[in-house]
Amino acid sequence: MDFTLKIWRQENATAKGSQQEYKVKDISSDTSFLEMLDALNQQLVEKGEDVISFDNDCREGVCGTCSLYINGEAHGPKKLVTTCQLYMRSFTDGQTIYIEPFRANAFPVIKDLVVDRSALDRIQQAGGYTSFNTGSAPEANAMPIAKEDAAAAFDAAECIGCGACVATCKNASAMLYVSAKVSQFAYLPQGKVEAAERVLNMVAQMDTEGFGNCTNTGACEVECPKGISIKNIARMNREFMCASLTSE
Amino acid sequence: MTKLDSKIPEGTIDRKWENYKSHSNLVNPSNRRKLDVIIVGTGLAGGAAAATLGEAGYNVKAFYFQDSPRRAHSIAAQGGINASKNYQNDNDSDYRLFYDTVKGGDYRAREENVYRLAELSGNIIDQCVAQGVPFAREYGGTLANRSFGGAQVSRTFYASGATGQQLLLGAYSSMNRQIKAGKVKSYNRHEMIDVVVVDGKARGIITRDLVTGKIERFGAHAVVIATGGYANVYYLSTNAMACNATAAWKTYKKGAYFANPCFCQIHPTCIPVSGELQSKLTLMSESLRNDGRIWVPKNIEDVKAIREGKLKPTQISEENRDYYLERRYPAFGNLVPRDVASRAAKERCDAGYGVNKTGFAVYLDFQDAINRLGDKTIRERYGNLFDMYENITGDNPYYTPMMIYPASHYSMGGIWVDYETMTTIPGLYAIGEANFSDHGANRLGASSLMQCLCDGYFVLPATISNYLANDIHTGPINTNTPEFEKAEIDANNLIKKLFDIKGTKSVDYFHKKLGLLMWDKVGLSRNEKGLNEAIAEIKTIRENFWKDVKVTGKADQMNNELEKAIRVADFLELAELIAIDALNRNESCGAHFREESQTEENEAKRNDNDYKYVSAWQYTGEGNQPTLHKEELTFNAIELKQRNYK
Ligand SMILES: Cc1cc2nc3c(=O)[nH]c(=O)nc-3n(C[C@H](O)[C@H](O)[C@H](O)COP(=O)(O)OP(=O)(O)OC[C@H]3O[C@@H](n4cnc5c(N)ncnc54)[C@H](O)[C@@H]3O)c2cc1C
Repeated sequence: MDFTLKIWRQENATAKGSQQEYKVKDISSDTSFLEMLDALNQQLVEKGEDVISFDNDCREGVCGTCSLYINGEAHGPKKLVTTCQLYMRSFTDGQTIYIEPFRANAFPVIKDLVVDRSALDRIQQAGGYTSFNTGSAPEANAMPIAKEDAAAAFDAAECIGCGACVATCKNASAMLYVSAKVSQFAYLPQGKVEAAERVLNMVAQMDTEGFGNCTNTGACEVECPKGISIKNIARMNREFMCASLTSE
Repeated sequence: MTKLDSKIPEGTIDRKWENYKSHSNLVNPSNRRKLDVIIVGTGLAGGAAAATLGEAGYNVKAFYFQDSPRRAHSIAAQGGINASKNYQNDNDSDYRLFYDTVKGGDYRAREENVYRLAELSGNIIDQCVAQGVPFAREYGGTLANRSFGGAQVSRTFYASGATGQQLLLGAYSSMNRQIKAGKVKSYNRHEMIDVVVVDGKARGIITRDLVTGKIERFGAHAVVIATGGYANVYYLSTNAMACNATAAWKTYKKGAYFANPCFCQIHPTCIPVSGELQSKLTLMSESLRNDGRIWVPKNIEDVKAIREGKLKPTQISEENRDYYLERRYPAFGNLVPRDVASRAAKERCDAGYGVNKTGFAVYLDFQDAINRLGDKTIRERYGNLFDMYENITGDNPYYTPMMIYPASHYSMGGIWVDYETMTTIPGLYAIGEANFSDHGANRLGASSLMQCLCDGYFVLPATISNYLANDIHTGPINTNTPEFEKAEIDANNLIKKLFDIKGTKSVDYFHKKLGLLMWDKVGLSRNEKGLNEAIAEIKTIRENFWKDVKVTGKADQMNNELEKAIRVADFLELAELIAIDALNRNESCGAHFREESQTEENEAKRNDNDYKYVSAWQYTGEGNQPTLHKEELTFNAIELKQRNYK
């Protein structure tokens, strides 16, 4: 397969970026999207040019490192996969593909397609944990947890922190991301002790970082490669309300 | 010759750790805040250590090359984590987990370390549950278990097919709590490119900021290497793209011994290679072997028909299938250890029975399990793995068997450490996959996560104080010393040298070439001739790399090519040591199969008389043969036997 690629290039955070056109040829449909970009980078090296920077690591869809806005969609056209799990069979021969970084105020561009998502980490630092020091934990089976609750907590905990929800949302809101963590703990007895503090602190940090508000468009859920449900947002709102009412 | 001192404490095996802890030096809480610890790597091992040392009150600086600690390669672990809780009431115990691990490692691990690992395994689960790790549960609300290769009990805890992710997010959350508390300072997108040794002690590191390209010095009273394994020396592997050996290799070149480098695990169940642009291989978790049955056709005509697309595997009747693992190893069947399963797959494919176009694939079939348990149960157990398989290959494993083949996966070898996880450089520690200590010549499934967390949460925090107790009057480490200066200049020179070559071939070109060579001659099956050839050829590839590699872009900005070049330069050196070690070890044990040393039935034959030791290699300068130091292994708590899974 052959493709025309229109890729965002930007030297660094302060430089002005622009779209550049590239061509790749003879790509097998079983090639992954990132392997296709690898092939393009090989061409650039051969020509002595700087390669296109893009974040990636595990290439199994779980580390959350890869991003990319492909033809107007976070992680490209296929549902429930990350860019690294997107294969060229999802495109047609000769197609023009637009590749942009994940854009949001809270995600400044570092170079080309790489953005700084450390704001997401700072939200976790604000409260995404339970306060058990190593060694102080009770016997694991001492606290039974209903199978459904454990499964629901797992579903929320599957969030890979890629930021697709933010990049997709017209308000660049991080509600889906934050709510996934809040929900995970809300389903588990271990999370109850610090529930109020957690949700208040995480939401406050989210606002500080400059993420936008949620206006319930549901776009985040559609683009989430892990299928994290917006029910988590409702759950977080409930937690937040309760916490706000009880805190001074 | 220096004698390696593994510092094994006194007492019977089940009392050693207790004994150690009762007699080691401590640092009182008010002195801990005067002490700095650098941790390189925030995977399960490093993340757990950073959190725990932060909680204890030390000043931790944590470095990693990803943008977030949550993205370390541990995140990709699928199947599970072992612990001897005996929740299933199937006679599991610390001793049995210890025994299985030593036996699985083909008696090339240090007994005392493994016993401690088993002893602490239960605490790991407690800790993770307290962090909110959503492990799978039974209807009654208690924790569920599954079984894994090399064991006859069910002791593996799991969170669907994303156990590593959930455990890592647990460690990450604890680390985040310490970041907020100001006890852990986190340096993302920082790659360590050297360790600094002052007066014989590890006192800091040199890093490259991957965003600005800046080379920086960081000092600390102790340095912990938790940088994972080197399976990417084979280019194609199940590891993440950026997994590398640089940190470990640089410590080797500064005097830390490197142990058992030839013990490289080839995992039996990965999605086979499909094309030339392939950049990595995807693992299908070992847990699948609980319910999946591995087979190839019995008749070569069927193989041909399948390859030509004239026959489907589902059309081959039971009696025409060769469930070769069940045939050869009736007691363990599909759950034999990885090395055994991988070699058996290779044996069938080399004999011409491989079932895909390339001839390098066997079936992993779930039909029986689906008939027995129903779709729903199978989906619950392996849903995400099945989806992943279908997404990558376009085949649906609910209807047609998966195709799998072995791939490079894990390194049992690594930096030599003593009982305290300290390397041969005082103040330099190595934990997690980066060290060598617990898995001998072959790691059992679900045992790495256990070891990483054990090292990070429990072992290192308990042993590092024994060393740091002598440093409470040292004061902050000064990085304006000739040693730091030299290391920084070396790092800058290395980068300049790479840019100056201005050759004609990309970094990947050399990495791929190295990978193919390693797979071919230093892979699943090795012999003297091939290893000698490999050593010569690795040298040639390395020389060509330094003459002809082309690194584009700039040094003072993000530059993925430069990052790769630095890593591949080190792989090109490590590869040679792997081959040298494989050549030296003329026995078959675990993952290391020497064709010269096999039984009449072509099973691996260990040679305890000559090789019952850990090979610890010492760097002796560029171009020189490294020096071999032997740590004799003694087995007091366990009887040495030839492994038998029949
Ligand atoms: C696909 C897959 C599935 C697996 N499944 C299982 C399983 O089910 N059960 C099991 O027990 N084991 C499993 N394993 C093995 C296990 O996941 C790993 O052995 C383990 O997670 C390694 O953890 P670690 O903390 O040692 O290193 P890693 O998680 O690899 O972390 C390494 C860290 O070091 C950092 N780093 C590396 N080099 C540098 C440098 N030069 N400078 C700065 N930072 C650096 C990285 O940024 C990262 O933070 C699996 C492995 C793979 C590949």
